[in-house]
Amino acid sequence: MTLTKKCLASSIALATALAAGGAQAEISDDAVRIGYLADMSGTYRDLAGPGGLAALEMAVEDFGGSVNGTPIEVFSADDRNSADVGANTVREWVDQRNVDMVAGMVASSVTIAVTQVLEQYDKLGLVSGSAASSITNEHCTPNHIHWVYDTYPLANGTARAVVDQGGSDWFMLTADYAFGHALEGDVEKVVTENGGSIVGRVRHPFPTSDFSSYILQAQGSGAQIVGLANAGADTVNAINTASQFGLTQSGQQLAGLLVFLNDVHAMGLDATQGLLLTTGWYWNMDDQAREWSERYYERVGRMPTMVQAGIYSSTMHYLNAVEATGSDDTATVREHMMSQPIHDFFARNGHIRADGRMVHDMYLAQVKTPEQSEGEWDLYHILATIPANQAYRPLAESQCDLVQN
Amino acid sequence: MTMIFGVPLAVFMGQLLLGLINGAFYALLSLGLAVIFGLLKIVNFAHGAQYMLGAFVALLGSRYLGLDYWLALLLVPLVVGGFGMLIERLLLRRIAHLDHLYGLLLTFGLALIFEGALINLFGVSGASYPIPEALQGGVNLGFMFLPIYRGWVLVAALAVCLFTWFMIERTRLGAYLRAGTENPALMQAFGVNVPLLITLTYGFGVALAAFAGVLAAPLYPVSPTMGSSLLIVVFAVVVIGGMGSILGAVLTGLAMGLIEGLTKVYYPEAANTVIFLVMILVLLLRPAGLFGKEA
Repeated sequence: MTLTKKCLASSIALATALAAGGAQAEISDDAVRIGYLADMSGTYRDLAGPGGLAALEMAVEDFGGSVNGTPIEVFSADDRNSADVGANTVREWVDQRNVDMVAGMVASSVTIAVTQVLEQYDKLGLVSGSAASSITNEHCTPNHIHWVYDTYPLANGTARAVVDQGGSDWFMLTADYAFGHALEGDVEKVVTENGGSIVGRVRHPFPTSDFSSYILQAQGSGAQIVGLANAGADTVNAINTASQFGLTQSGQQLAGLLVFLNDVHAMGLDATQGLLLTTGWYWNMDDQAREWSERYYERVGRMPTMVQAGIYSSTMHYLNAVEATGSDDTATVREHMMSQPIHDFFARNGHIRADGRMVHDMYLAQVKTPEQSEGEWDLYHILATIPANQAYRPLAESQCDLVQN
Repeated sequence: MTMIFGVPLAVFMGQLLLGLINGAFYALLSLGLAVIFGLLKIVNFAHGAQYMLGAFVALLGSRYLGLDYWLALLLVPLVVGGFGMLIERLLLRRIAHLDHLYGLLLTFGLALIFEGALINLFGVSGASYPIPEALQGGVNLGFMFLPIYRGWVLVAALAVCLFTWFMIERTRLGAYLRAGTENPALMQAFGVNVPLLITLTYGFGVALAAFAGVLAAPLYPVSPTMGSSLLIVVFAVVVIGGMGSILGAVLTGLAMGLIEGLTKVYYPEAANTVIFLVMILVLLLRPAGLFGKEA
């Protein structure tokens, strides 16, 4: 009798536990928790930073603030462009705040450190700000997706266009860290494959304010094209210094490989007109993009960069996947995100590949002249669309373990 | 073509000149720090922020008041220096009797506040300040194309350094200052207003930083973070030269500019660290700095 009772009691307990367990596997800890990690105060602040957090919050609000009745929580931290700070912050978020997804992520060195932490704890990362193509190549994990752009299409778009116009001898000015090295490698590949050559290079510390010495070395190299494999304030400083030292007057041409809208806005059209660049998105490229950007402008007071728009787009896609699967489990959500094509105000012909790369149409743009510009933020002409399936590194060349070659 | 360690002579000469120009900035900034530390014993961690304020006031002045570059070069150091005097009068004076560490913390806190407030208002991308018309363009020196503005920076910075050294070491006012810091009670007894002297000295040090800021505005994007990256290097320069030594600060500033310039040619990856390596060497061999007196 007691035995039966015990049996009955334990089976009820087991059933309850199972039921509870089942509920837990859906959305953990009664909230979807999104951590936003970015440079909030340094060199890369204006391309993502607080403006990226605003885009993320817009996505959460537009989604209704909850998924199937479960609230969405957003918190943020400044990684100060330090891999250590970034990795420790995310570890703390996992340990103490039960974070489900980490968004933002700018400096590539930080992202590579953070994605290792995410893999260790099996949480999801949606990388929007970083550039290094290695993030979904040798550093790919089943725990992150890379959204907006990477160095491969930057090289493929801008460098190819420049070589096609006859610029075959290049001097590379490279930021001395993961992103700069990745971009330099991708550019070198495109340039040599198209019949050009790299005649000289210099790797400058990150960040650098005085570029005069490097510009002088570039002038001495005799190269036709000076490629800037850097970003943010470094690119701005390099372009300004080049114009002071008369680099373009002496017959050389600059190729800015990663130039953001805020950089062009800061330097002004006088210094940047005619510059070729590759971008993942531009606020004024069509009606859909414009409509979203105007809402963003009202909230933030600046037009969004491609990274800020990408943060909204990726967060929306994530929340849709959480809603559709009723789960915030990493593998479940990532699988669903990969099964759905992405076609919104940001991404055209987008889908997520096995290596975690979200491929979508990219654009070759040229900076307008002051006469052509009709307003403070009217800065680019879109010259050509680089189709999604041609823009990014082909899976056949991938070194990612998730891809079977 | 003649080569020096694998680098064409022309490129080598160009790098030396650029190094000297950067060195002039280091000299000007470390001079202000050295004056403040040597005479007041305040470790002024707000120096980078005051340099940045100089550039910002010039930028905002030209944007909203149409203030022209030459007037800015004169007025901005006065405005920012006056602001510095307020800081000395209202804050630093209250902790003057405490350990140096308190002054350091206070000025560091102020620097963070200025920087943070401006980041919130203007972001970090910065804005560009046009080069004044008279100094646009460049000259071909044979071995390099030198933008005229950079040449002007070298001349102006060295002239101000020389003026400051002369003021402090060779005039009666300078003698009062040096005596006032050596023995304030005695000077007070002679009827010299020592507190006023201290306020003026701090204001002057800050004005030097602001002057450097105005000089830098057309060269680098004017951004709230422009001072913090420079400050650490300038402190290293002051430590190498010997805390408080005025001539030491100027000569070391120029020398460090040259060393950094050459590093940018031979091993650019180390350009941001070479000055700190020199600092470690100097501290090991001559703890008081190259020009400092042993305590």
